[in-house]
Amino acid sequence: MADLSYRITIKPKKGWATLNVRELWFYKELFYIFAWRDIKVRYKQTAIGILWALLQPFLSMVIFSIFFGGLAKIPSNGIPYPIFVFSGLLFWNYFSTSLSGSSNSLIMNEGMIKKIFFPRLLLPLSATITPIVDFGFALVVLVGLMIFYHFTPTVWGIILLPGLILLSFLSASGLGSFFAAINIRYRDVREALPFFVQTIFFVTPVIYPTTLVPVKFQWVLALNPMTGIIEAARAGIVGNKPINFHLLLVSTGVAVALFLFGVFYFKRTEKIFADIA
Amino acid sequence: MIEVNNISKSYVLAHQLAYQTFRDTVTNFATKPFRFFQGQLKMTKEEFWALRDITFSVEKGEAVGLIGANGSGKSTLLKILSHITSPTTGEVRLRGRVASLLEVGTGFHPELTGRENIYLNGAILGMSRNEINRKFDEIVAFSGVEKFLDTPVKRYSSGMHVRLAFSVAAHLEPEILLVDEVLAVGDAEFQKKCLGKMNQVTRDADRTVIFVSHNLEAIKKLCHKCILLKEGRLVMFGQTSQVIEKYLHKDNQPSSISLQDRKDRDGKGGVTFTDIHITNQDGAPVITSGDILNIRLRYTSELTEKIKDVRVVITIVNDDLRPVLRLDSDVTGQSFSGDLAPQGEIECTTGEVHLTEGRYFAEIDFLIRGTSRDHVLMASEFTMATHLPDYQYKIKPDRTITNNLLRYSFKQ
Repeated sequence: MADLSYRITIKPKKGWATLNVRELWFYKELFYIFAWRDIKVRYKQTAIGILWALLQPFLSMVIFSIFFGGLAKIPSNGIPYPIFVFSGLLFWNYFSTSLSGSSNSLIMNEGMIKKIFFPRLLLPLSATITPIVDFGFALVVLVGLMIFYHFTPTVWGIILLPGLILLSFLSASGLGSFFAAINIRYRDVREALPFFVQTIFFVTPVIYPTTLVPVKFQWVLALNPMTGIIEAARAGIVGNKPINFHLLLVSTGVAVALFLFGVFYFKRTEKIFADIA
Repeated sequence: MIEVNNISKSYVLAHQLAYQTFRDTVTNFATKPFRFFQGQLKMTKEEFWALRDITFSVEKGEAVGLIGANGSGKSTLLKILSHITSPTTGEVRLRGRVASLLEVGTGFHPELTGRENIYLNGAILGMSRNEINRKFDEIVAFSGVEKFLDTPVKRYSSGMHVRLAFSVAAHLEPEILLVDEVLAVGDAEFQKKCLGKMNQVTRDADRTVIFVSHNLEAIKKLCHKCILLKEGRLVMFGQTSQVIEKYLHKDNQPSSISLQDRKDRDGKGGVTFTDIHITNQDGAPVITSGDILNIRLRYTSELTEKIKDVRVVITIVNDDLRPVLRLDSDVTGQSFSGDLAPQGEIECTTGEVHLTEGRYFAEIDFLIRGTSRDHVLMASEFTMATHLPDYQYKIKPDRTITNNLLRYSFKQ
């Protein structure tokens, strides 16, 4: 191992700690291990195993298409509702799974926090990395849908895809780290989280297009980084309208701000985790 | 190398107030709803110092034991050294790769197999993937769970679980190793193996070890030096044997307060134990397994009336304060009666006593017609030595030993 741990000075920690990237890098192996553990454990003792990762997004797409597209007749800007809703669900599922996972990551690993030293930030971060695997599987389903409906993605869509997942990661891990830090003191977070996620779901254009929202309220949607991400993804994948780069820029700003805020809040409260867990 | 400078650690304790009226509750709810829900209004806060001004330094290659009663701050100190919690004041400097082992099997995941858990736990304890690969076979062999390597750990027996966990931990090779009470795992045979492994680990000339244990025998074997903590303060840092002596209050003098002056006694009074002597048949204070116990109690009495039906009970308790022997004058049928002299002596002589080595205490009780007059816990202590080699408890059941253990008599 590197010589980082050669000299350590342990002192009372005060004020805003800086994000020690070197320390995080030093523990990268543990980071992989946490992610590996979460993936490995996920489908243990299931009969169809990893197939669930394909089945779950597919089934929610079917249900949403029946109820929102078929029965409620929610408009989808002229593209088939299944592909419309799935392009939204792809990112939404990643975001919501990551957010819940990272918010609960500290309390789920309470024992380890009390007994082992490692940068605590690894926990919410690895909880946000693991769902990328599911994202990959959902992407396979999307490709299937596109072949089925004869859609070809735009070049912009393919170029932007990694960037969009990065933005989702920043938003989810920032917010998740913030919630995780509060959760370890007040378990109320764990109870309130499902409602919070549900609320965000309804203010994100997953099942409906932004055009459904009155223009004067659209700025509210823009503050939600997932709005810009999903809108850009949809436009890029289906190519029915140009990508709204203005909206995407706002989302990028919000995502980066969320990440910085969440991580620094986390670092600031980190020192007491072992004492109050 | 470890350098600890003036470390203190405080915690804030919340105490619940005993009594609150309904009106208080309602007003609190109305005026301070947020704090009401946190339950803080019913609490008073107190600062508690788990550690106070701890300073010491450990050189490279030394193995240092950390002893003290429960709640003396051993675990808190280890948590600070291993960077898990930060001190309130003071500073620690460590030079070298640190690994801490505060609990066996931290991070074990029940759904994962033994093989997977070796990698997971190893990484959590700070081993690199290559390091684990290199030691994998050794770890598995040590644990003795080869056959179940691909079985989820949740199906392991608790013994197998703990053995696998210890085996991973035992193969850590950091420059500084911090270990908290982890030897008490598995059966006697595995414990012996653990101790041997720890011995090997601490012998490494480049390794600095801090070792917390309640097993003083293990501390003696593993550590040259020892730190004694009491109520968060460092009482003594020196040669292991001397520190252990100090811990056991055996600085070649009996416990600070004589039996006569002790206030921590109960019973109705009238009779007071003033002195207790426990020796073997030769009058020596160290009892060897197979010796005869001779317990002499002195008492004073303020009772003037004629006394009938006196009963004396001596209970020998072990280090964990569990009774192991009871010597009861009612059982032997030797009742004491007649005048009770203002001063007197009672002597109890046992047959051969075969107890495992360690520290024992005598609890004494003086009863008149079933009513306790003077009752003292831990009135005296003695050490039991044994000729048997350590960790060889597999003695064949022996009738004579059992019989001897129970034979004793009293006389006035």
